[in-house]
Amino acid sequence: MSNVPSDLKYTKTHEWLRTLPDGTVEVGITDHAQHALGDLVFAEVPEAGRKLSAGEPFAVVESVKAASDVYSPIAGEVTASNAALAAEPEAINSDAYGKGWLMRVRPAAGASPPSLLTAAEYEKLIAEGGG
Amino acid sequence: MTRRTPLFDLHQKLGARMVDFGGWDMPLQYGSQIAEHHAVRRGAGVFDVSHMCVVDLHGARVRPFLQKLLANDVGKLQVPGKALYGCMLKETGGVIDDLIVYFRDESRFRAVVNAGTRDTDLAWIRQHATEFGVDVGERTDLAMLAVQGPEARARAAGLLSATGSAAALALEPFFGREIDGWFVARTGYTGEDGFEIMLPAAQAQRVWQELNSAGVVSCGLGARDTLRLEAGMNLYGNDMDERTHPFESGLGWTVALEPRERAFIGREALEAIRARGPQRKLVGLLLEGRGVLRAHQKVLVPGAGEGQTEGEITSGTFSPTLERSIALARVPAAAAASVQVDIRGKLQDARIVRPPFVRHGKALVA
Repeated sequence: MSNVPSDLKYTKTHEWLRTLPDGTVEVGITDHAQHALGDLVFAEVPEAGRKLSAGEPFAVVESVKAASDVYSPIAGEVTASNAALAAEPEAINSDAYGKGWLMRVRPAAGASPPSLLTAAEYEKLIAEGGG
Repeated sequence: MTRRTPLFDLHQKLGARMVDFGGWDMPLQYGSQIAEHHAVRRGAGVFDVSHMCVVDLHGARVRPFLQKLLANDVGKLQVPGKALYGCMLKETGGVIDDLIVYFRDESRFRAVVNAGTRDTDLAWIRQHATEFGVDVGERTDLAMLAVQGPEARARAAGLLSATGSAAALALEPFFGREIDGWFVARTGYTGEDGFEIMLPAAQAQRVWQELNSAGVVSCGLGARDTLRLEAGMNLYGNDMDERTHPFESGLGWTVALEPRERAFIGREALEAIRARGPQRKLVGLLLEGRGVLRAHQKVLVPGAGEGQTEGEITSGTFSPTLERSIALARVPAAAAASVQVDIRGKLQDARIVRPPFVRHGKALVA
């Protein structure tokens, strides 16, 4: 059974979001997603300062099996990305919601609030085999 | 409806993630595919390869039959138990399948062919067996386990009787024989030492569990693919098929053009190809930077004055042993030294190397 922390928000494309105290949003892929991908061997994360629109691919995660784009759930500017993944992409497998984070983004002013899922809604989605 | 091997229930009990492979419901991995890979390089792992098709070929004229059917020459098999790897070709020289044949005695050979090509292969074999009076018997009563790794033979032999164990451990590479009701062969698809064991289907689950108890790790098709690619071994359907011939598939060494009077199927086409010189070749690639080479990515080869010519990755993966990406690629025959690969729209440098990449636990390229 996948781990779906109740304090995070989720997307239908298997990203998670955590709002940090400074107002930026940390984004990664869910435990369900890492499990489906298998052993991660490579992660390409965005440069700080990059402007993203909602739904834009911002990272590539590659497992032994496949490469997958990761989509930004919100419009904004990248404030940081997880450089440690270059040496340790398997952190996404072992700690998807912690050491496996991909980027932090400052939401664009006036951006329309994204349509996100609660933990319960996301659990339901993956239980139904969505995505 | 996918087919299931005699080990299906056990795979599920062991928590395997199952995947459709050539119409068979097979384990992809039980936990971490990379951990399974390392288990085989460093210790021992067991794979369910019961989806492969075991075919017994019996008849007084079975040797001349196989000398016509295969591009490699079973005339090389003079000691009972000896195995030979080779290809079955169309008249055009295209590869119908690659297979292993075991010479058991003068009227009995055994072939092991791929799961995905089972129906085509059996039809082709039967079509040509008739004129030689050879009986073609598919052994659906057998399961097949590949036990691979530096410790594999010792662990597997521990399951046999004392005399059986001694007989198994005495097998030379690429030999097989009947031992304690099993057919044990010192063959594999990983670049490590080990056995491939054909045994009655009803024993398969028990033997698998006994191997697990002996420290042999359950391994899925995911690890099987990274292991075989590190070992520089072709996968039918990826690296060669009916549209490609052995000389452009890294399989020239399996084509026996001597003796010249042996009229195997595809010979004329191959002689013509050889006379012209093959236009393409299969090479190993080592990605210089980060990322993962994958099948069907485009390979750009610096041409001699005429810009670039193209090739294609046929199999690519991340090599857990080398911790970088490796591939097999079909490229123009003139390609040498270095190429570029289009990975998701970005051109990345890769170096041509001679497979295998890894053998017996050791990196052979750097």
